[in-house]
Amino acid sequence: MINYFDKHPEMVFITGDLGYMALEKVQEKFGEKFINGGVAEQNTITMAAAMAHEGFVPWVYSISPFVTLRPYEQIRNDACLHDLPVKLVGNGGGYGYGIMGATHHNIEDIGAMRLLPNMQVYVPFTAGDVEQAIGQMLKDPHPNYLRLNVGAKINYPVAPFAQWRKIKDGKKAVVIGTGPVLENICNTEFAEDLEIWVVSIFPIAQLPNDLIAGINRSHKLITIEEHRGEGGLRETLSYHLMNHLTQPIKLLSLAANGYPSGKYGDQKWHQAENNLGGEGLKAALTQFLK
Amino acid sequence: MNASAHRDLLTKAYNVKKRFLGMYKMANAGHVGSSLSVAEIITFVRFGWMKKGDEIVLSKGHAAASLYSVLAEDGILSEDDIKTFYKNNSYLAAHPPVNKLKGIPFATGSLGHGLSIAAGFGMAYKLKKEDKKAFCITSDGELNEGSTWEAALFIAHHNLTNVVWLIDRNKLQGFGRTEDVMKLDPLDKKLEAFGFNVLTADGHDFASLEEAKLKVQNSKVPTAIICDTTKGRSWKLYEDKLDSHYLPMKDQYDLIIAEIEREFNERKQQVF
Repeated sequence: MINYFDKHPEMVFITGDLGYMALEKVQEKFGEKFINGGVAEQNTITMAAAMAHEGFVPWVYSISPFVTLRPYEQIRNDACLHDLPVKLVGNGGGYGYGIMGATHHNIEDIGAMRLLPNMQVYVPFTAGDVEQAIGQMLKDPHPNYLRLNVGAKINYPVAPFAQWRKIKDGKKAVVIGTGPVLENICNTEFAEDLEIWVVSIFPIAQLPNDLIAGINRSHKLITIEEHRGEGGLRETLSYHLMNHLTQPIKLLSLAANGYPSGKYGDQKWHQAENNLGGEGLKAALTQFLK
Repeated sequence: MNASAHRDLLTKAYNVKKRFLGMYKMANAGHVGSSLSVAEIITFVRFGWMKKGDEIVLSKGHAAASLYSVLAEDGILSEDDIKTFYKNNSYLAAHPPVNKLKGIPFATGSLGHGLSIAAGFGMAYKLKKEDKKAFCITSDGELNEGSTWEAALFIAHHNLTNVVWLIDRNKLQGFGRTEDVMKLDPLDKKLEAFGFNVLTADGHDFASLEEAKLKVQNSKVPTAIICDTTKGRSWKLYEDKLDSHYLPMKDQYDLIIAEIEREFNERKQQVF
């Protein structure tokens, strides 16, 4: 944000009363264009839409559920229906806030946001993606949602930020993931035999041809998302694949199913409980790739 | 306000009411009482207060016919446009539309958005150092919405004196009287406690609205004007009754037209 501010005087940063030990430099840089909207997300979103109507590009920051689900109707009516460049920034998509508990998690946000008119959802994969994503969002004159998380660290090279990126080739199955949780497959021994793709912008308009070809070759598809499969990657990919399959395929959907035990832990713990990481993931992959 | 300006406002309000009553009759639609409640307020803001570049946000979007009629009175909508109200293939829906009409910056209809829209305009004008105003007309029922109070806190905290909030205080809401559903009084004290310069006016009287306007100019803090109004005013059968919110006029139309004509002539006499 700081890097872009000098060239984009239309930028305004609005925080939902968060940012201690994190946003102080943004506050200093943005000056009067840094606004603490208070713990008042409904007003903040609508106000941001009105500022966008007047030529500003407001970036509204909060913990993911508070900037997406709490003010949902304000996002739909005031930002999306009017197609205004309001940029939502949600920290901790998925189980990012870990032991903070279910109220601070967001495993419905991609589905909820991609459903809205004119809205594009940006899901960075690596830490390096974030600045590029912000650059793309600045050029996009429509409403956007940026889903932030701790960036993936993998041993394969990752292309510059784009909607579709192939991480690597492989013959046994195709993996499509969104967000850093994909690293949990990239960093296993299974990765060597897998063709791995990351998708980072929603909604999806179409699938890359070589991705379709890969799925039709291996007849096996694995999806991984720190989000519910309903409304998420699984559901939207299913729609797009229907017209492209030459014969039936097997699908392993790895998705966030909420709180099976009703207990809480850190992000990795929740991933493991949902077979998105740890032994559960290994068992699911072993079984599927037999 | 001199007599000529006052007479002009009376004429415009009469035209505005006559036009929207015709629209409701043609559509056989409800929300007549809501438009009759706000008619003088919206006429006054449009023709007696706002300047070029200012915005009006009609947060009580269910009174859209009054807004359409005001825009027609100002030449922004044609009488042919007005004839499309409520019909298929029309921009003039029962609530203000999205991104289609000059004079309607935002679609409203879901209550509790308007004051936040005005807050955003106010903040934008302040940052751009533009001498403009955002007028927001809310109902009183929508003061049940928490978002309205979020906006009120924000406007007061940032001292957005370029926002003027007019409350159409007819004391009726969707399914009862405001004081029976979720009491608002003492509304003036509440707004004062939030940090507003609180004024009261007779929302059907231009002299009273003008008096409030003059007091806004010198205020060091944002202003909220509680406009005392009567829902369904001039519809004698249903004045101050919930029925005026929902029922179409049917054979009452001629009586209402006769009443607004009588009031118009009476007021004109008073002004002279």
